[in-house]
Amino acid sequence: MKALKFILIGIVFGIVMSKSEAISWYRIQEMFRFQSFHMYGIIGTAVLLGIIIVQLIKRFDLKDFKGNSIVIAPKEKGFVRALAGGTLFGLGWALTGACPGPLFVNLGYGFLTFAVVIIGAIAGAWLYGYFQDKLPH
Amino acid sequence: MNFIMQPWTWYLSGTVIAFVMFLMLYFGKVFGVSSFFRNICAACGAGKRIKYFDFDWKSQMWNAWFLVGAIIGGFISAHYLTNGDPILISKATIVDLKALGLSSPVSMQPDELFGVHVLSTFKGWMVLLGGGLLIGFGTRYANGCTSGHAISGLSNLQLPSLIAVIGFFIGGLIMTHFLLPYLLP
Repeated sequence: MKALKFILIGIVFGIVMSKSEAISWYRIQEMFRFQSFHMYGIIGTAVLLGIIIVQLIKRFDLKDFKGNSIVIAPKEKGFVRALAGGTLFGLGWALTGACPGPLFVNLGYGFLTFAVVIIGAIAGAWLYGYFQDKLPH
Repeated sequence: MNFIMQPWTWYLSGTVIAFVMFLMLYFGKVFGVSSFFRNICAACGAGKRIKYFDFDWKSQMWNAWFLVGAIIGGFISAHYLTNGDPILISKATIVDLKALGLSSPVSMQPDELFGVHVLSTFKGWMVLLGGGLLIGFGTRYANGCTSGHAISGLSNLQLPSLIAVIGFFIGGLIMTHFLLPYLLP
């Protein structure tokens, strides 16, 4: 039962990401070439509503399903890690046309070569863990 | 029913994504995908030698279940919710991509990059595996991806997330405008 609710949310995510073509390499190219509003509209709407949702949660101290206050831990600070890591990820995002979520949606959609990208991403995470102490953060 | 089969608009998509973020918060989690790559390394025993992977990965299993759902969602879209029309990207993009040697879109993804045949070429592997490495390394270094930083982080007005998203675009623009012509198969 614990797993089921996350699977269901994942299904909603997978359907909406594919039906709005946000998993498409073409759409990401269009975005990075500033030739369409589509992706900016998706991200912009999500962030705008997200800000409102988070503000409502904080202002009215909304509770989660267990009745505990919803607390969102702040992101760890670190200018170098955010900018350098973000830039490296951006290179991969534009190359494969997919950020981590869509990698899996694409796999389900039937593009099996995304399994190779996922394996690459797992290897990349391992490399980060291995070199973490030597990297500036 | 027709509108369900057609591509969905950006405002519907953005609204549902925000709702997904809210549901995750309601169930006590912060929406974010890329930590899964860390979890799976930990589940495979990487924590024995590397302290970054030495944590209670079992408590993070929700992440894997979410992605199982994402795979099923993609499958449902492809098999039951599509009318098979080619995706309608802007003319300018089609022209730009033609100049790079890609044909007009016929499905969600360019066959030149993601068809199974690319696995017989070096450049094909470089795009898939190299792109994956950048995604995995970059998101863990930055401590988040589009979901964790751009959606969850910006929604919570986090400065590190804004810096990370600026980084996403620096990298994306460099790749699109300077590197891609040399990397396409």
